[in-house]
Amino acid sequence: MQAHPNTVDPSEIAKFEAMAAEWWDPHGKFKPLHMLNPCRLDYITQQIAGEFDRDLKSPMPFEGLRLLDIGCGGGLLSEPMARLGAEVVGADAAGGNLPVARIHAEQSGLQIDYRHTTAEDMAAAGEQFDVVLNMEVVEHVADPAGFLTASQQLLRPGGLLICSTINRNPKSYAMAIFGAEVVMRWLPRGTHEWNKFITPEELFDLLRQAGLDPVDRKGFVFNPILWSWSISDRDLSVNYVTASVKPG
Amino acid sequence: MDNPERARILQGMTQASDILIVGGGLNGPALALALAQTGHSVTVIDALDVKVRKNAAFDGRAYALALASQRLLAAIGAWDRVAEHAQPMLEIKVTDGHAGTGPSPFFMHFDHAEIEEGPMGFMVEDRHLRRAFLDAMAEEPRITQLSGKTVVSQQADTTGVTVTLDDGSTVNSRLLIGCDGRRSGTADRAGIKRTGWDYDQTALVCAIEHELPHHGIAHQFFMPPGPLAILPLTGNRSSIVWSERTEAAQQINALPEDEYLQVLRPRFGDFLGDIHLAGDRFTYPLNLTIANSFVADRLALVGDAAHGMHPIAGQGLNAGLRDVGALAEVLTLAGRRGEDIGSLMVLERYQEWRRFDTAALAMATDVFNKLFSNDNPLLRIGRDVGMGIVGALPGLRRGFVREAAGLTGDLPKLLQGQPI
Repeated sequence: MQAHPNTVDPSEIAKFEAMAAEWWDPHGKFKPLHMLNPCRLDYITQQIAGEFDRDLKSPMPFEGLRLLDIGCGGGLLSEPMARLGAEVVGADAAGGNLPVARIHAEQSGLQIDYRHTTAEDMAAAGEQFDVVLNMEVVEHVADPAGFLTASQQLLRPGGLLICSTINRNPKSYAMAIFGAEVVMRWLPRGTHEWNKFITPEELFDLLRQAGLDPVDRKGFVFNPILWSWSISDRDLSVNYVTASVKPG
Repeated sequence: MDNPERARILQGMTQASDILIVGGGLNGPALALALAQTGHSVTVIDALDVKVRKNAAFDGRAYALALASQRLLAAIGAWDRVAEHAQPMLEIKVTDGHAGTGPSPFFMHFDHAEIEEGPMGFMVEDRHLRRAFLDAMAEEPRITQLSGKTVVSQQADTTGVTVTLDDGSTVNSRLLIGCDGRRSGTADRAGIKRTGWDYDQTALVCAIEHELPHHGIAHQFFMPPGPLAILPLTGNRSSIVWSERTEAAQQINALPEDEYLQVLRPRFGDFLGDIHLAGDRFTYPLNLTIANSFVADRLALVGDAAHGMHPIAGQGLNAGLRDVGALAEVLTLAGRRGEDIGSLMVLERYQEWRRFDTAALAMATDVFNKLFSNDNPLLRIGRDVGMGIVGALPGLRRGFVREAAGLTGDLPKLLQGQPI
């Protein structure tokens, strides 16, 4: 019998396979991320297509692009990007998800380079990408300014950073913490600290200070009647996303 | 396996497509064309040979294609191939009939002039529709047709699904779609159970030639034993769909032609002049059967495989084509986002889109049928008054016309005549 490429301990594999199934179960504990994912992917794919002049109706439109997914988790964004042809590196500072992500990518027949590392360490190592994704990460880091500077350093000139986070106001507190964590139990309690949330103006300032040109911002809006998410030009009151370009 | 050598050779024969469709009737080819148009490779399997399916003799079967369905056919490049054989439906007259005593004084009249989009729909013969689909598929390089073959088994895993055919060969795909009718083997093999019930009713279907022109008017008569529809075909021909209690229907269908016509004539009177049969006669027992789930891992059900409904308003094919439009849109958009098109996460969006609509339609046709297939005098008065009210209120009437044209609800892009 051949050794499993990711094997450390066979009993661990079974555990990670179960965890992978859980990560990718649309009704499992990551349900809120799965519900938001089509919206996030629509935004990301349209921004990349616009910046690099790609046709999303063609097969493998992102061929030739090198993309970094920071805070990749189980690979909910890394896998679609790889499927569209990008060369993907998935990085997560929490190592626990990586074997899960690796097993799922392998089960899905996708090549993704998952690493247990941080944006700062990769920037220090001189890694370069066309696209960096910071989706729902910046509200969890200790030093947002340093983190965004590292993200800028990871981009080639003309490269694209897509960064999403949660606004800071009474509504976002009600929705993201009281609603999502306490009432719906969508997220474990303590997932978010409200004082780490960032307003779009603050984020644009931080992005500029990091040496990037912010070019777009949109809201992700949850409609409790349709029970689904949509992209909004105007409503950035809770979840929102930005696109920035590295000059050059 | 009795011949291991042969089994080994056939096992080596594997085909691969993005999407595998079981069933080459009407919904299957429509979906294959829609998906090929957005860049997917598609294999379509059917138990019958293409030559048999292209057999051009008129057998009497025809469909009332709602305007929205016609738009889908146009968007997938099939409409030009049937347009010359299609009869526009310009008006619909609904009457509460009563064999022997003639139509009731109240009736509803729906005219396409009430909406700006065009005729409410088109009558198209089954043979023209099938041939149009087969010809369109033959010209599409992304579609592979495997004809005269049946599926023996199907196996889903994390990357796709493998289907084994009766000749021992296999086909791999990312997603398997069952367009194989109300007794769907695809659903059975996936362990998807069905809910439904039988009506003690059977539809008698035939085509007639008549002396006088129909002027593009469709008629629906509600009679105690069941509804009777006269739907205009090209020329001085109409398609008749007529429901009776099952026992009576079997007796009527067994009658020689002249006696069959003698039973039929008094039911709608002589406004079309002399009539005679213009094709074969068919019977369809009426039942409602809905799959408990429209999707599973790497599997989706479309059309009658998902929901076989009472054909009272001719909504079976139209509902199937709505499934086609919705599924093609869900899969195409998911693919452009880089999502796994065979994942439950993606397929559930199709189910959510179609399940409510379908259940509502199945219930409505069921209730409608119970209400009208009844000789209770109170119900009769009630429905006559109801028809009078609908007929008198232009807003309500326009709503019915738009509903009949299939223009209501959350319409998939293809049914609006737009590309995905």
